[in-house]
Parts: sequence; C-alpha cells; structure tokens
Amino acid sequence: MIATLLQLAGLFGLLSLLAFGGGAGVIPDMQRAAVDLHHWLTAREFLDMFAISRAAPGPGSLIVVLIGQKAAGFAGAAVAFLAMFTPSSLAVHVAARFWHRGAQSYWRALVEQALAPVAVGMTFASGLALMRGTEHGWLPYLITIASTAAFAFTEINPVILLGLGGGLMLLAGS
Amino acid sequence: MRTRDRRRPDGRPTLGALFIGFASIAMMSVGGGLAAWTRREVVQRRGWLDDQQFLSGYALSQIIPGATNVNLAVFIGTQLRGSAGAVAAFFGLTTLPLAIVLTVGLIYLRTQGMPGGGWFSTALAGMGAVAIGLNLGTGVRLGRHNIRRIVPALIAAVVALSIGVFGVPLLYALAVMIPVSLLAAWLDRRA
Repeated sequence: MIATLLQLAGLFGLLSLLAFGGGAGVIPDMQRAAVDLHHWLTAREFLDMFAISRAAPGPGSLIVVLIGQKAAGFAGAAVAFLAMFTPSSLAVHVAARFWHRGAQSYWRALVEQALAPVAVGMTFASGLALMRGTEHGWLPYLITIASTAAFAFTEINPVILLGLGGGLMLLAGS
Repeated sequence: MRTRDRRRPDGRPTLGALFIGFASIAMMSVGGGLAAWTRREVVQRRGWLDDQQFLSGYALSQIIPGATNVNLAVFIGTQLRGSAGAVAAFFGLTTLPLAIVLTVGLIYLRTQGMPGGGWFSTALAGMGAVAIGLNLGTGVRLGRHNIRRIVPALIAAVVALSIGVFGVPLLYALAVMIPVSLLAAWLDRRA
C-alpha cells in the first residue's frame, strides 16, 4: 500500500514537470506506467477513465485521480491529485512573481517558438498511443476519424460529440 | 457585462470571490474550452486583469509544464492575492470537478462487473473514441496555428511518432527534442 502510494507520487510528480504544452501530452507515459508497468488497470479501463475525465467539467488531467483510486483507494486518489498538480503549480507560482511583460522578450519568444512544435507533437502522440493501447474496432476508428475532423475544422462543443459517440456505440450494441 | 463581487478596499478580489470565480469557470467548461471561459470571467465580466496581463499569463502557463488551465488559475490567483490567492484559485478550479470525476469513476468501477452494467462501458468506448479525436483534432488546430515551416513540422512529427507509435518514454524524447527545437528556433531567428 505504502509502496503503491510512493509509486503514484513518483510517477505523477515527474509527469507534472514533463507536461509541456498541457496535461494531454503525458498520457502515453501515464498509460504505459499504469497499465504495462504497474498493472493498476487494463488498457480498456484506462481509455474509459480518459473518456470520463474528458467529459467531466474541469481539467482533463483529473484522470490521475481515477488511476490513484483504482490503484490504492481514496489515499491513492489524494496522493495522485497532489503529485500531479503541486510541482507544476509551485513552478507557476514562483514564476508569476518574476514575470514581467517585455522583460527578456528575446529569450521568452525563443522558448515559446521552440516549445510549440514539441507541444503539438505531444498532443498527437497522446491520441496515437491511446489508439495503439486499446482494441479499437472499426466503429471506434470511424468515430475517432470523424471527431478528429470535427474538432479540427468546426467549433462544435465536445460534450455533444461525446454524447453522440456514446449513443452510436450503444446503438451498434457492440 | 460586469458582475459585482466582493472586493477589498484596494479593489482586489477577496479570497472567497477568487474561489467562487474559478469554481464557476470550472463548471462552465463542460467539454473543454477552459481558457476561453477563464478569459471571459476574469477579463470581461469581473475585470480582475486586462487582456495584456491575461495573455502574458496564458503564455507563461503554456511554457511551464503542467495542465495549462490549472497553471493559469495559479498565475491569476498569485497576481491578485499572492500565495493565498493561488491556493484559493487552485481549489476553486479543481474541487467540484474532482468530486464529479471521483463520483462517476466510482460508479464506473462498481458497475463494471455487474450484469446490466455493460451499457455504461459500451457508451464509454464510444466516448473514448471521441476523446481521442478531441486530442488529435486539437493537435491539427495547434499545428495549423503554430507550425508554418518544414523544420518545426518535422520536429512535431518526430515527437508524435517516437512517443505515440514507437513507445519512446517522454523523458528521453524531450531530452533530445527540446534542445533540437531550441537550436532550430535559434538558427531560424539568426537567419
């Protein structure tokens, strides 16, 4: 139990500081550690929890709470929550005190320019890793392709599409 | 439209107002768009920050690792009320969503093996497929806005394929690709 809590703290504490470009980018590592390495949950459960955290209000990174809950109950959920959000929040808090507009704008612009393609790549990687890690039938593939196009080119509210996707699978009865 | 909320004599919001402000932002963001809702509440409705301050904070929240919207809340809380403000904004943004996610997650875990509970799992498979599309679609959008040249496009592709398809751990991929991308950006700016 204590060992599991330490593993949760170590995993999410590290991922907190690697999540360049937002929380979605660390999903592949989260999946590998939780599913393949520690066997806290199956690939299917991981994708289900990912769907729950994306459909719910608030930050999508709250998936860590569900992983922690499955691995070690409420203590696990609490540890996962604190480990995922404390390191990055402290970093922002400290930086916010020294953040002055225009100061060292050359370096800031350089870092922003350099991190942009890395963040884009991490965002794609999370989608690809989730597809790879689960048994994706032909219908889920079609839904994924259609919703990728919808989100890329329209302003549709994700909740509507999430509902449609769920309804479609229920209708297909698979 | 501006709402009236409790303010201290110096015009800065109280900690309670910060907590409630970010709690309402979180509840409006069902399905995403947190940053847009944050801007609407903090800049347009409550007038806590101006647009310049907001955009500057948003840029910082993206540069620093972590969930961008949580970072943004911590930044705004810090600017307005220091450490206590950061804590109030953070828990305002996360408390209700945390309770909702945990509740739905527990129902999911409890009904998993039950006869008749299968429909939830089937629906979730469809929602998961959409959620993957949400990530990929966001990638397309970000790429169209931020990547206009061949070298950054190649960097994004290497990051996406190495982590997403070939299973390279994030730490190794970043240790190589962030310096490469910094070098590319530096050369680009010198040219």
